[in-house]
Amino acid sequence: MPHKGKIHKYGDNIDTDAIIAARYLNMHEPRELAAHCMEDIDADFVQRVKPGDIIVAESNFGCGSSREHAPSAIKASGISCVIGKSFARIFFRNAINTGLPLLESAEAVENIKQGDTVEVDLATGTITNLSSGKTFKAKPYPDFMMEIINAGGLIEHIRKKSVGAR
Amino acid sequence: MTLAEKILAAHCGKDKVSAGDFISAKCDLVLSNDITAPIAIREFERLGFPHVFDPNKIVMVPDHFCPNKDIQSATQAAMMREFAGKHGLIYFEVGEMGIEHVILPEKGLALPGQVIVGADSHTCTYGALGTFATGMGSTDIAVAMATGEIWMKVPPTIKFVYHGKPGKWTGGKDLILYTIGDIGVDGALYSAMEFHGEAINNLGMDGRFTMSNMAIEAGGKAGLFQVDGATLRYLKGRARGKYTVYASDVDAEYARVIEYDAAKIEPQVAFPHLPSNTRPISLVGNVAIDQSVIGSCTNGRLDDLRLAARVLKGRKVDPHVRCIILPGSQQIYLEALKEGLIEIFIRAGAAVSTPTCGPCLGGHMGILAAGERCVSTTNRNFVGRMGHPRSEVYLANPAVAAASAILGRIAGPEEVK
Ligand code: SF4
Repeated sequence: MPHKGKIHKYGDNIDTDAIIAARYLNMHEPRELAAHCMEDIDADFVQRVKPGDIIVAESNFGCGSSREHAPSAIKASGISCVIGKSFARIFFRNAINTGLPLLESAEAVENIKQGDTVEVDLATGTITNLSSGKTFKAKPYPDFMMEIINAGGLIEHIRKKSVGAR
Repeated sequence: MTLAEKILAAHCGKDKVSAGDFISAKCDLVLSNDITAPIAIREFERLGFPHVFDPNKIVMVPDHFCPNKDIQSATQAAMMREFAGKHGLIYFEVGEMGIEHVILPEKGLALPGQVIVGADSHTCTYGALGTFATGMGSTDIAVAMATGEIWMKVPPTIKFVYHGKPGKWTGGKDLILYTIGDIGVDGALYSAMEFHGEAINNLGMDGRFTMSNMAIEAGGKAGLFQVDGATLRYLKGRARGKYTVYASDVDAEYARVIEYDAAKIEPQVAFPHLPSNTRPISLVGNVAIDQSVIGSCTNGRLDDLRLAARVLKGRKVDPHVRCIILPGSQQIYLEALKEGLIEIFIRAGAAVSTPTCGPCLGGHMGILAAGERCVSTTNRNFVGRMGHPRSEVYLANPAVAAASAILGRIAGPEEVK
């Protein structure tokens, strides 16, 4: 099923403290965290965001802390996926593990503006900017990661494997 | 093969691995803390495994918001304590604790040649011991706790060579800040960093931990040192088990080799809001400060406290500055006490805290108000990292943080009269 929504656009090196500030790490329920998502760099993100919306970011999105609270907060805020030029390593793992889809395409990032409406087909990695009519292709995932994504996250992937092995 | 490749090959039962290979690596140590353990525990229960793979290889440390700063933190810490007790894990209560990345090496748990994964991005600190150590999220750690293995992509390695002798006040913190300033916060994205050269050979273990600690600030997956005499002396009488020493081959393949002249590297200061936003101390200008923090998993070790004490001895902290010193562990606190460092700090007008992450991540023990500035020996200066989103953090070494506390503005130790 394609994701469709409005764009919230950010710059380079958006760190996990910006996504969810450490002062909220005394909680870990995704819904509670979502109420403070992006608070320190975009105070009214939480009011603006609608289910299905998409974050577009420049390079190294999610750098900094290993807190899994970051992709959980983004997902629970209603964001359906994140398109970026590149992602920080631990954030990338955490997003795959928790089921927040990430798409890597420098071209898409350059051709999508704040407030555009964009449609994403995850199965093919196709990104369509409905506001401009342009289409882009995200970098495909390695097969190994597709297995985790298709299983619905790392926990499900391991559960399946360990049942098979028993 | 590089050091990283050799360790990873040995942990996935292969003779050879290369950058880009996906492997399932066996873990020698699996770590989490009071912030990341609650989610790891929840995911572990969802996995449905009755036991952890090996309770002697799983460590939980209450350090971020501990001693508990509020009811919610206390609840999360209790959840971790209960799980650790039930499964018989290695656990350090506040009376014997310290910041996770300070105590794992100190207690001889982190050893050369191991693979260590932790639900904390600064797990890379143990690279100083020739260990492949890397940070991950809580779900990864849940899987590692259950199965003892975790998937990884073998990283390419970038070799950094530091020639020459650094100046008197230039330490590990300055070499790594300079490097991050040069290559950027994504300059080593997905890569292992390997540190070499004359300046590295002469660097003590505490300085090496500082450098490995900040590999993540360049986007790195690990920051590795070769094992040498200094490493072996550090491990003597401390190592809790046997270990294997690996070394990079002379013909190892590096993605890049970057060389610096350490003699030309001054003490560095990273301006807000990125660790790569560095300037040499001579070009900092007049930056007044409200607070100076000396501690953390980056610079909370004994050598760091000694350095701060050298500057603070017989002097007074500026009355407008809150100088907060946090020894990295109870052991370091005790040694600092015996050496008279704590007395120097208190006489100088600094506050000394029980070991905790505390202000480093804006948790407690020194939060900043809007518009306030802090010079800090920690590793991150992101927006809001130490408190209000309109506060500012400047990263520096312990001598600079101490000198700044005395002068009320960011300053090098040579400016202190
Ligand atoms: S001292 Fe700071 S960087 Fe180190 S583990 Fe604690 S919060 Fe993280």
